[in-house]
Formats: sequence, structure tokens, C-alpha cells
Amino acid sequence: MSRVSFVRKVKYEKELQRDVAAEVIATPGGEKILSCLQCGTCGGACPLSVYMDHTPRRLIGMLREGFKQEVVESFAIWLCASCYECTVLCPAGIKVTDVMYALKRIAIHEGIYPRRFPIPVLAKEFMEMLKGTGRNNEFWLVLRVLLKTAPMKLLTSWPLGLRLWRRGRMCLIGSRIPKPAGADLRRMLEVLEHGNASDVKPSNVTPSQGPDLLPGGAVSRVNA
Amino acid sequence: MASTRAYTYFPGCCMHGFARHCQDSLYAVFEDLGLELRVLPEWNCCGATTYMSVDEHQAFALAARNLALAEQIGLEILAPCTACFMILKKAQDYLARYPEIRAKVDRALSAIGLRYQGTARIYHPLEILLRDVGLKGLKARVKQPLRGLNVAPYYGCLIARPYALSNGVTLEAFDQFIPALGANLVDFELKAHCCGGSLTGTIEDVGRRLVYILLRQAKRAKADVMVTVCPLCQLNLEAHQGKIQRQYGEDVTIPIPYFTQLIGMALGLSDKSLALEKLLVPIRWQPVEKGAAAAQPATAA
Amino acid sequence: MNGNGNKSVKIGVYVCHCGTNIAGKVDVKALAESAAGLPGVVVSREYKYMCSDPGQDLIVKDTKQFGLNRIVVASCSPHLHELTFRKTTANAGENPYLFHLVNIREHVSWVSDDPAAATEKAKALVKAAVARVFWHQELQPRRVPVNPSVLIVGGGIAGIHAALTLASAGKPVYLVERKPSIGGHMAQFDKTFPTLDCAACILTPKMTSVKQQPNIHLMTLAEVSEVSGFVGNFKVKVKRYPRYIDEAKCVGCGECIEMCVYKEGKYPNDFDLGLGKRKPIYMPFPQAVPPVPLIDPATCIEFKSHKCPKGCVEVCGDRDAIDFSQTVKEVELEVGTIIMATGFKTFEPRRLPQYGYGKFPNVYTSLEVERLVNASGPTLGQVVLRDGRRPEAIGILHCIGSRDENTNRYCSRVCCMYSLKLAHLLKEKTGAHVYNFYIDMRTPGKGFEEFYKRVLEDGVSFIRGKVAGVTTWAQSPAEEGKLILRVEDTLLGVVRRIPVDMVVLSVAMEAQADAENVRRLFNLGCSAEGWFLERHPKLAPVDTFTDGIFLAGCCQGPKDIPDTVAQAGAAAAQSMSLIDKGYVEMEPNTAWIEEELCSGCHVCVAMCPYTAIHFDADKKVAVLNEALCKGCGTCVAACPSGAAQQNLFRDEQLFAEVEGVLV
Ligand code: SF4
Ligand code: SF4
Repeated sequence: MSRVSFVRKVKYEKELQRDVAAEVIATPGGEKILSCLQCGTCGGACPLSVYMDHTPRRLIGMLREGFKQEVVESFAIWLCASCYECTVLCPAGIKVTDVMYALKRIAIHEGIYPRRFPIPVLAKEFMEMLKGTGRNNEFWLVLRVLLKTAPMKLLTSWPLGLRLWRRGRMCLIGSRIPKPAGADLRRMLEVLEHGNASDVKPSNVTPSQGPDLLPGGAVSRVNA
Repeated sequence: MASTRAYTYFPGCCMHGFARHCQDSLYAVFEDLGLELRVLPEWNCCGATTYMSVDEHQAFALAARNLALAEQIGLEILAPCTACFMILKKAQDYLARYPEIRAKVDRALSAIGLRYQGTARIYHPLEILLRDVGLKGLKARVKQPLRGLNVAPYYGCLIARPYALSNGVTLEAFDQFIPALGANLVDFELKAHCCGGSLTGTIEDVGRRLVYILLRQAKRAKADVMVTVCPLCQLNLEAHQGKIQRQYGEDVTIPIPYFTQLIGMALGLSDKSLALEKLLVPIRWQPVEKGAAAAQPATAA
Repeated sequence: MNGNGNKSVKIGVYVCHCGTNIAGKVDVKALAESAAGLPGVVVSREYKYMCSDPGQDLIVKDTKQFGLNRIVVASCSPHLHELTFRKTTANAGENPYLFHLVNIREHVSWVSDDPAAATEKAKALVKAAVARVFWHQELQPRRVPVNPSVLIVGGGIAGIHAALTLASAGKPVYLVERKPSIGGHMAQFDKTFPTLDCAACILTPKMTSVKQQPNIHLMTLAEVSEVSGFVGNFKVKVKRYPRYIDEAKCVGCGECIEMCVYKEGKYPNDFDLGLGKRKPIYMPFPQAVPPVPLIDPATCIEFKSHKCPKGCVEVCGDRDAIDFSQTVKEVELEVGTIIMATGFKTFEPRRLPQYGYGKFPNVYTSLEVERLVNASGPTLGQVVLRDGRRPEAIGILHCIGSRDENTNRYCSRVCCMYSLKLAHLLKEKTGAHVYNFYIDMRTPGKGFEEFYKRVLEDGVSFIRGKVAGVTTWAQSPAEEGKLILRVEDTLLGVVRRIPVDMVVLSVAMEAQADAENVRRLFNLGCSAEGWFLERHPKLAPVDTFTDGIFLAGCCQGPKDIPDTVAQAGAAAAQSMSLIDKGYVEMEPNTAWIEEELCSGCHVCVAMCPYTAIHFDADKKVAVLNEALCKGCGTCVAACPSGAAQQNLFRDEQLFAEVEGVLV
């Protein structure tokens, strides 16, 4: 190491946004975050915590204290695979998985996530596809996500596609809901439409710390 | 055969997509056991684990529409994908516990002339097999015991989670279908560990590492096959074996049959009807005499 | 007409502010003013603290000045101050039962948000009380003598200490223990925190004293099966289970155990939590009291087939202590007071499958480890694992079954300290590296924090994080064959995997499995978790809501040995204070039956839960035994002819009270 640089690290109260906890508390499953013991059971149990910039425990701790920016910019929320391990074990009865969902929604709604980051893109493409056909077709979904995030990956992904194709497991024309029912479905979703999540454009935020997660670069260290 | 029992079948997108082989075998086994599957007409995607990250009310409504449709029919619902299974159950749970969500969803459903009551009973097909055919019944129907085949059960993370299995049903009870088929049950500690889900397609290194952990552990436990109860896990575990092998320099080849494929084999159903040829890692099972050497695990596809 | 014959009724009403407790919600001025206008009210006042001396003086002075003969105080719960104001009334020269208390704190100010509504409700309640007290009559409390004998249920350290305290003051004590020996959990421990004195060295002398103390009648293998009566005069039935060895004849030589056909212990010994083996005839542990072996009929060959050569009987010879024909016996005791010292059980860790207890042999509970490190334990104090290895790394997991919504919400209070103790002992005995995984370290007792520091200085690792699970799934050669703990080290901010050879689960204390039945048997209150309820958490911590029954030790909640002993002493003192006073005054709220009105229908006879009513076949009427009546009012409500009446709850009083609220 050639040079020591001194970075001043202090968090001022005026930078905090304490209302963010209330926002999460208001969503289903988020009610109990204030009773978090900071015991770390969730972080210990989570199969992905070793890759996270902030463990679920830290996210909840930061939520409580109003570290909104750090929380919504965390790429940990996108790593969550919704496996519910944390939710089952949490001794405070916190539905940690639901909290992760709530944070993803806040991030998507506010457009705070890394550009070309595949998971939020996937979420939105998934939603679009569902609105169109009522069902999802992995082939088109993967194609659309890759085109939007990492077109180069199409090259590395095709062999798998081919293998599935050969075994008749790839369908270009996906199963779809019958037309009138599809219209019903869209109407149902429209009734619930609020924040217009689909219009939100990603901002230029990149994860605040941790390994580079942009497609192509992949996570740099995976042998934890 | 006694009178046929019928269930409402909620296929989910996988079963109609890359997991047709799972569906084929499910149909074949249920038919053989005298159980009828009636596809839920006009079903829609349950929202998977993804929709919830965009809009929770819409996500619950997607599940509720299916449940409302199923309630009109009145039969028990079978969801063969653990994601669909868990999501339908979770939606039912939340709709019962959160009046605000219920009110919004009711409003959206009534706009399309549907009514949700919360009366649907949702099961995973393995639960139903164990309940309605039973271990004894299953054993009695086995024509081709899978003698000598070491089977590691893998259930994935979603089926054993808070909203999922009915009261009193445990994974340990599930395990018992394997010895019932005449196979050896491998003690597989990671049977409810997460396979990474869609991460294999998004943050591949991380996703593959989770799959690697499972495959490696199954190999080390001397499993010949790892059986799954979820089409998503099934694809995840079999599709990346080659890449994982190259990345970690370790042989992780192991066939990943869907559980009805395995049951079908023991029931003596044809390979074709079980769509065994559609597996990416073929399962080569030669019936052996008692005491003779075990199955021949296949090599990488 | 009124409750006082023809003397005119003069009522004084006193509204208490209770600081801001009441006055903060209820408009006390308006309340006192509205009361002033009620019929019969001569004076109505509000005051900051009615229970204070000046407050009580107000009542005394007014009574003298205005000739009051009824008093109503609107303040807090009768649990707290009914007695206070009855005494005040007596001091003022009136019969104490001409007083009535209205609860406008717990029932009004503390449970209302809206001051206007609160005030309205308080007015209605005061109005009702004024209407009711109009009908009050002079009553005399009943005095009943207190039987000096004491029943102590449970022979752990709490029961032992209470028994010795009472016995040395000359009180006869029945000590009932359900296990074959007294000593309880403390007898299973090795050392005690934070001083590390040996549990046996300090406990066994007390156990021996119990045996030697002539005032203590010890009954082991015994359970209370029935309780009736009331403070001062309880009747208790005790079931005594057979030991198959006559305690009176046995000299405790133990030769019978030697001569048993089983040459080695074969069956898991409860006392060692199954880690050690015993024969069908055995002593639970060497210092057991009474020092008499017992026979377990489920495993004894003689019981199973009647074909055993019975080496035990032969060697016992003339002493003739072995008696296969013993059966369950029931004895009846009469006691004046009862001390509950029924203790606790440890949390069953199989309820949390993620910790692998029962699956991985080297996952132990803390109580099992107490036996392992104990020199008289199954391994003679050698810490060897179930597979014979010596551990090189040990993980101690705090809060198993406590502070957890999935199991118990409470903090079990002793686990941090005993975990520290075990960390110290295990380190000392094995040289292994010891990790403690904790959520919060709780060391608030005398010398506790100093002990924590000592263990820190021992080099034990302290990781702030709750272990998520125990697995054997190895990721690297170093983890092969180990138990792997995955945990988020929350202070260092990193997820860790820690391979160990031995896992110790610091399990919580829980109420006994049959606490609910015992509670019913003794008519006690019980918290949701099953702990017996004390009468007041601060000011009556060993009393219960049943007069004459006291609590000692962990049946009331988790606590350590010093607190248990202190509480046992307090319970003994409470019981002695009743005994030495010699009598108790009973609330004169008993029922009576108007013979002329009784139609002889028998309804009340069957309904009375205290069998206080019998039927007089000659007169053809029901007859009530006032000494047995507990004033529950069941017969009063049930009687179709209105013949059953009850003091303090006469029809006129109740109707007036209801009307007062409504109109
Ligand atoms: S497990 Fe629950 S209580 Fe513990 S840190 Fe995570 S959210 Fe908080
Ligand atoms: S649900 Fe998400 S945060 Fe919770 S354990 Fe699973 S991956 Fe981790």
C-alpha cells in the first residue's frame, strides 16, 4: 500500500430520513421492525449474506435509524432470493423477507438502483410480460432482460438454451391466458395501479460499496 | 381401481414451459394411481417471487384471482411448483390477516366479476400423494423397486417455510416416500437450503455457487440422484452442472429427477411417459437384483 | 329503611387525585361536586393523596364533625387500599364495612383516552357506590385459628431452605418432593456462579439437616393430589408412590445395589439426564436424601417376570427392607400455610431443530454439561464427547428458548451467568478454545460483572450474534467432521463459520410441564408462560392471591440460587407471621340461607364448590357452614327462591349499585 488516505466518516443527524422506517412499518410484514434485537440470526441464516454489502440485520438497524440512502442503495436487497430462511428463524418475529420486498419496492419506485442491474430490470420485465400474456415465458423474459442489461451474455447463455430446445423444453410461443381472461387480468391490475412503478427510470446510482455487481463484471469474490 | 379422486391442478408457468417433463410425469403418476388432475381454466401466473418486488397489492391480487377461480370449482388445489405453492398459501394467509390488503384485492376482483372467499385448500402434490395414497398404498403399487439407488431428497427453501406445509406435515415425513419406492434414503442435511432461484440467471457466480454447494454435498453424501419437488429447483440444479464443474474443477454430475419421475419409475411406468429423456442429465437406472451393485449415474450431458 | 335500621344515613365522598394518575384524566373537581348533590351525601371532597396521613385524617375529622356513618373513597384498586380505608373508617369510630371503595384509576383514568368520557364514567361509578353504601350494614370479621404446620411443595434448594428456616423456629413442616431425593436442580450442578463454590459442598449439608431435623416430615416420591380448606386450615391429600424399599428399615448400606442381577448399570439415570447408567435398583446420586435406594418397577426383573433370584432381598437379610408389595398410599395432612417451591424445567431444544439437538450427538444442553464437568457425574468430571473425543473447540449458545417469539419471550435471567461459568470450567478442564455466542450480556448481580471480566481474561471468545444453525456440512477440510456454527458477528460486521467439536445450548428455564394443573389444585394465578403469580410484583413478591399460600424459587419465575434462597426465607417468614399471630381475620362476606324461604330444592348443595352446604333432612332445608363458605356467591346466584343471601353482596346493595350506574 503506497498511500494512506484519511476518509472522514461521520453521520450527521440532519442527513437521516427517519420516516423511512414508518414507510416499511406500514407495509405488510414490516410491522415489527422496531422490535429487532440486532441478534444477527437473519444474517447468519441467509444463504446470501456473505455476498451482501449490508446483512439483513444491518439493513433493519439502519432503517430504524433513518439511514435511508444506504438502505435503498444497498445491493443486498437485490441479492435476496426470497428463501424465507430469515423469516422462519427471526426471534423477534420479523418477516425479514417482506422487509426486503418492501425495500425493493421503495428502490424501484424511487428509481434508485444500479443502471443495467439485472434484478430490478427482471422484476419490471416480468411484470410487463404478465400484463401482456397473463403468464410468463422464461425464454422471452431472459432474452429481454439480457438485451437490456448485458447483451453480450446472450453468447454465453445460448448453449443452455440449445440443450433445452433439443429436449423440447424451450417454447418460443409461450402458454398464454385466453384473450378475454387476459383483458380481465389487466383490468384487475389497473384497479390496483398506483405509483406507476413501470414508468420509473433507473438513476445512475451504483452500489455504495462492495464488489462490482454490474453485468459482465460479476461479483469478484464468491468463495466465502 | 376405486373411484377417482379429482383435484384442481394449478400448473404455473414452469410446468407449461421448460418443465414439461415434470408435468408429463406428474400426469402419468397421478393417472396410474387413479387420481385426476383438472387444469384450472384461465389460470394466470402467481407472480412468482418477483412481482412482490414491484407492487405488493397487485402481487396478492394475481394469486387471489387464481384462488377465486379455484373456489368456484371447489376441489383442492395442487401446485406442483414450490414457488406457486408458497405464494398461493402466503397470499391466502395475508388476505386473511390484513383487512387493508383484502379490501383492495376484493375491489380489484369484483371489477372483473370474481369473489375471493379464502376457502381454497392448497397442497403440494407430494403432500397429497402421502395423504391420499399413503406410504403403504404407494409401497403396494411399486412394481419396480428402486433397489440400491441412493436418493438425496431436495425440497428447496420455499416448501418448508412459514406459510407453506399444512400443520404437522414435515420434511422428515416427506422423506419416507423414498424408502417406500425401495430406494435408499440419503441423509441430506441441505434439503431445505436455498438453490439461489433466479440468481443463476442474474448474478450467475453467486447463483452457481449456491447450486455447487448442494451438488457437492449430495455427491459427498454418496447420492446417485437428487430428487426435487420443484420445477425451478430442478432446472437450476441440472442446467449448470457443466459450468460448475469447469469453474470448481470438481465432478458434480448428478441426475436431478422431479419426484414424480422417480415415483413413476418405481411404479413401472415407461420412460417415455415420464419424459425421462428430457432431463439434461440423464438418469440411467437398470433394475438390479437384490444385493447387486447400485444404479449407474450418468456422465455429464 | 336502610342498612342501618332507622338511623339516618350520612355519606362522605372522597375523590383521590393520585397525583396526576387520576387527576390527569378525570376532572376530580367536577366529580366531587356532582357527588355532593347525591342523596345522603353530607360532604364531598377531592384531595391529592387520600391514602396519605392527611388524606385519612380528613375522613376521621369529617366523620366526627358531620356525624358521617358511610364512607365512599374513589381512588385506586381495592387490592391496594381497601384495607387502608377500612382501618381509617374504624379509626373514625365507625364499622369498617360501612365503607366502600370505587376504582377510578385502573378502571377509568388508566384505560381511557378521552378526559370527558373518563369523568362521566367516574361520576357514574361514584353514584353507584353512594347508592350501594346506603344499604351497607355493620359486620364483624370472623377470626379463625391458624394451624402451625406448614406444607412445602418441592424439595429443591427453595423448599429445603424454607423447611429448615421454619423447622428451626419450631414449626412442624411437611416437605413433599416428587423425585426420590431432595436437592432439585442444584444437586445436579457442578460449581455455582460467580464464586465457583461447589454446589454439592454447600447443598448437601442442608440436605442432611433436613433429614436430621425432627420438625421436618420428609415425603419423597410424593405428590399433592387434593387441597381444600383455606388460610390457617388447609386440608391436603398427598399421594405417596412406592419406593419398594422401606425407609424405616433401610440403613442405606447399598449392598442390595451391588447384588442386583445386573452387574452393570443398564438404564439411563434421570439424574444424569441419561448420560449415566443405573440398575433397576439404584440411588439417584451418592448424597441423595433420604439415603435409601429405590426400585424402578419398569425395569426390575422381579416385577416383569417374578423369576428374579433377588440378590437384593437376600443380601438385605434380617433388615428386611425390600418390599415388592408396596403400593400407592394417600395420606391426609392438616396445615395452616403452604409454600410452593415446585421449581422449573429446562427448555426442550428439539423444538428448535436448527440447533441439531438429538440429531448430532455432540450437541448438549447446559444441564447435561453440568453433569459432564461434575466430578461425581457420569464421566467423573472428564469432559469427553459422546464419541470419546476430547473437544478442541466448544461453542456455547446463549438464549436457547428465551428472548424468542418462537419459543419464550422472556429473558431467562440466569443463562448468561451459567454460560460464563461453563465457559470457564470447560476451558479449565479441556484447554479447548471456547466461544460464547450472545445477544446481550446480562450480568447485573453481585460479583457478576467481575466474573465476566475474568472469563474475558481467560481468553474465551465472545461473539455478539445468535447462531443461526448447527450443521455438519463442511466447506473445507478444516471443517470436516466438525459441527459448524454459522453466525453473524454483529460487532465486527462479518458473517463467520466456526467449526467446533462440542455445542452447548444454554437452555432457558421454563415453568414445570404440569404447572397449569398444580395452579388449579392450589387455586393460584399463573402468567401466560406458566409462572405462578405473586400478589404484587414489588410489594408482595412471595404472597399469592390465595391467602396462606406463598411462593419460593423458580416456580414464580427464573432466578438464581441467592435469589431463590432469599425468597424461600421470605416465604418462611410470611408463613411464620401468620402462625405466630395465631389467627386470621376473614372477610365477613359469607352467605347464609333464610330457612323460611328455602324450598329445599338442593340446587345450592350441588353447586357449592367448597361443600359448605348440606341438606338438613329433618327440616328439609339447606344449611350453610359459615366456616367453610368462601363467599364465592354461587349459591346466591343459583337459589331460585332467593333464600341464599350474602353479606356485602345483598340484593338491595347490588340492585342499588346497578341502578346507580344506569340511571
Ligand atoms: S433475526 Fe430478527 S431480531 Fe435478529 S437481527 Fe435479524 S431481524 Fe433483527
Ligand atoms: S429471504 Fe432474503 S434476506 Fe432472508 S435469508 Fe433468504 S435471501 Fe437472505
